[in-house]
Amino acid sequence: MISSDRNPGMGMIVQTVARWLKGLILLFGIYIVLYGHITPGGGFGGGVIIASAFILVTLAAGEATGLRLFGKPAASRLDSVGLLAFLILAWLGTWFGSHFFENFLTTPATAQFTLQSGGTMLLNNIALGLKVASALFLVFSVLAALHVATARLAQAGSTGIEPPQAPASAESPGGEDRS
Amino acid sequence: MNIEIQNLVPVFVALPLAGSLLIQLVARKRQAVAEGLSIAAMLALVLMTFGAIGSTGIYHLGGWPTPIGIDLRLDELSVLMLMVVNLVGLAVALYSVNYMRRFSARGHFYGLFLLMVTGMNGVVLAGDLFNLYVFLEVAAVASYSLVAFGCAHEELEASFKYIVLGSLSSALILIGVALVYGITGTLNMAHMAGRLAETGMDAPLLLAFGLFLVGFSFKAALVPFHAWLPDAHPSAPAPVSAMLSGVLIKAIGIYVLARLAFNVFGVSGNVLELLRWLGILSMVVGGLLAAGQGDIKRLFAYSSISQVGFMVLGLGLATPLGLVGALYHLVNHALFKSLLFLNAGAVEYATGTRKLDELGGLNRALPVTGATSLVGSMSIAGVPPFNGFWSKLIIVLACIEAGYYGFAAIAVAVSIVTLAYQLKVQRQAFFAELPLRLVGIGKEPRAMALAMILLAVGCVAMSFAVLSGLRDPWLIGAAQQALTAGIFGG
Amino acid sequence: MIYSLCLLLILVGLYGVVASRQTLKIVISIVILQHGVHLLLLLIGYRRGGMPPIQDAGQTVSSFAGQAVDPLPQALVLTSIVIGLGVLALMVALCVRLYERYGTFDVSEIRRLRG
Repeated sequence: MISSDRNPGMGMIVQTVARWLKGLILLFGIYIVLYGHITPGGGFGGGVIIASAFILVTLAAGEATGLRLFGKPAASRLDSVGLLAFLILAWLGTWFGSHFFENFLTTPATAQFTLQSGGTMLLNNIALGLKVASALFLVFSVLAALHVATARLAQAGSTGIEPPQAPASAESPGGEDRS
Repeated sequence: MNIEIQNLVPVFVALPLAGSLLIQLVARKRQAVAEGLSIAAMLALVLMTFGAIGSTGIYHLGGWPTPIGIDLRLDELSVLMLMVVNLVGLAVALYSVNYMRRFSARGHFYGLFLLMVTGMNGVVLAGDLFNLYVFLEVAAVASYSLVAFGCAHEELEASFKYIVLGSLSSALILIGVALVYGITGTLNMAHMAGRLAETGMDAPLLLAFGLFLVGFSFKAALVPFHAWLPDAHPSAPAPVSAMLSGVLIKAIGIYVLARLAFNVFGVSGNVLELLRWLGILSMVVGGLLAAGQGDIKRLFAYSSISQVGFMVLGLGLATPLGLVGALYHLVNHALFKSLLFLNAGAVEYATGTRKLDELGGLNRALPVTGATSLVGSMSIAGVPPFNGFWSKLIIVLACIEAGYYGFAAIAVAVSIVTLAYQLKVQRQAFFAELPLRLVGIGKEPRAMALAMILLAVGCVAMSFAVLSGLRDPWLIGAAQQALTAGIFGG
Repeated sequence: MIYSLCLLLILVGLYGVVASRQTLKIVISIVILQHGVHLLLLLIGYRRGGMPPIQDAGQTVSSFAGQAVDPLPQALVLTSIVIGLGVLALMVALCVRLYERYGTFDVSEIRRLRG
């Protein structure tokens, strides 16, 4: 599963099918996130499905292709931006409504079972889906890239985790998922 | 004033979380921004906590009424715990500015640190059982990462042991939550207290409370469940040890035990006796094992186990005097144990070693560290004018008042043992001759010195607190009344 | 009956944590333990002959509340699964780092801290 540079990914059939399926999986994940207030799913489940699309590409076509689609700095930033957006939405509840986290978007009573019926829940789901997807893919790519007992220990630059000059040459543990 | 603070209650949780996320975003390369942001966040939290003294209230998140919605509950005990968490956090944040310079991934440290503070603030403010569990996990996961921060051999091994035992205890707590939800049908602590008062403590509820007791005893490191602490606290970087030993085991261990035992379940009789015996066991085992250690931080870690035993003994007595003693000792221990761990960190920063055999004469080389560690050691050993003496005296008096003369004698004996090993540390590390190897080490940097002086001043200030009469409804007295008031709404 | 199966799962996980010699097996046992606990929490919310807690187009709230299984444990388990995911990621990262440092996955050889 962990590919070397000479032989990235799996065979021709797997790569072709993965190339076709990744868009569909991504679309399905986005659907689960958006309709989270009507059908089961929401931010958590939908985010995991979106991440699995990228993970599928990484497994099928190799690490380099997966990281080209969704790089580690971008994932890290989207991770923080997602949760910050969630917090800002919660704080907007005090601004527009009266309580932290309040659902301040009013919906007409006739709009049941549509996208607007959840109010802020839709926006919260989107922020959460963004966060969970990027966090899960970041965890996967960092763990998959921790090549054990090979020379590629120091992932300098691209992840921002530089090798320290501390006594035992080490890095901070990667892949902390803050959910 | 009451109304303003009531509106600001979620900010205690939202502010450090936002700070942590901003640090992750902007401060990866510019690490001075991370330091500044974290100190600013902790300072803001301390100021808000000072403003919240004397206020109480329930904040309904999202405006949903109580049984349906999530509550954040600010009462006197929460205010006391918030003070402890945020003050010690501010001192540790100041200290980390210099100490963490040798780690190049400093930005991550401050992000994780603020995340741990978020978790602890959330635990202390949570009004329902499941949010307590979620914030507990946030703080715990942040602490697992922080213990392993330097990725040296011992840090990784200690963190692995800590994370396995921590996950086990969290699973036990979740089983307890499931049982209690199944029996009472609600997760809100006030609502649950009402339902439990009607049904009484029958067998399934005793099982649930037993699971909570075991799970939170793991978190608080009481003796049969303490195996992770002597490895995790010494191996972590010094500011992390100070936060863990000084605040985390109390905020997510002792505080939750007290809350559940007194305000939700309303325990009496056998369960309190069990708490007393757990306390005695921790006191004795922690004290005896501490006396034989040669590594400063491991000695302090075992000493933490011992002092936590004092607190649980005070809680188990359940008399107002016992509760005041336990809470006063909690505040004192947070102050002087984090001070001692910061001192040990300063010693390690300057000399590069933690073994008592290799140290000596540091009073001349590191004057601020020596002076503050003298204050800290005298406090924890229970030497008369300092705060540790008063809190231990109150606990001993509470034992005698409740009729447990044997426990009082054991408490006095453990205090003497504490005095012995603290004097050993002082004599070997600070007062002896400076070994040749250590001649010429520099003094400690200014931010570290400032943090240590801050905590030492806190210790001395708390010694004067006993003069004001702890039964007054201010801070500690008020917190004790919150506990003795019995179950919520009752 | 079915609660005892949950208990069995929890005990299997607990046995695995205690008796495993490799760090990764300990991690997997913890995951099994967590699965057992989540299953227990979900089953607490079950109602005999109940419907999934999704309101249909013509249903009133009171008839929905009378028929559906309890949705609150489902939300709790969802949150707990995500927490478990975070802890799992951290544990696996620790196992990999431990292998880099000690050269083994065997717990009995990762014992530098004593006393």
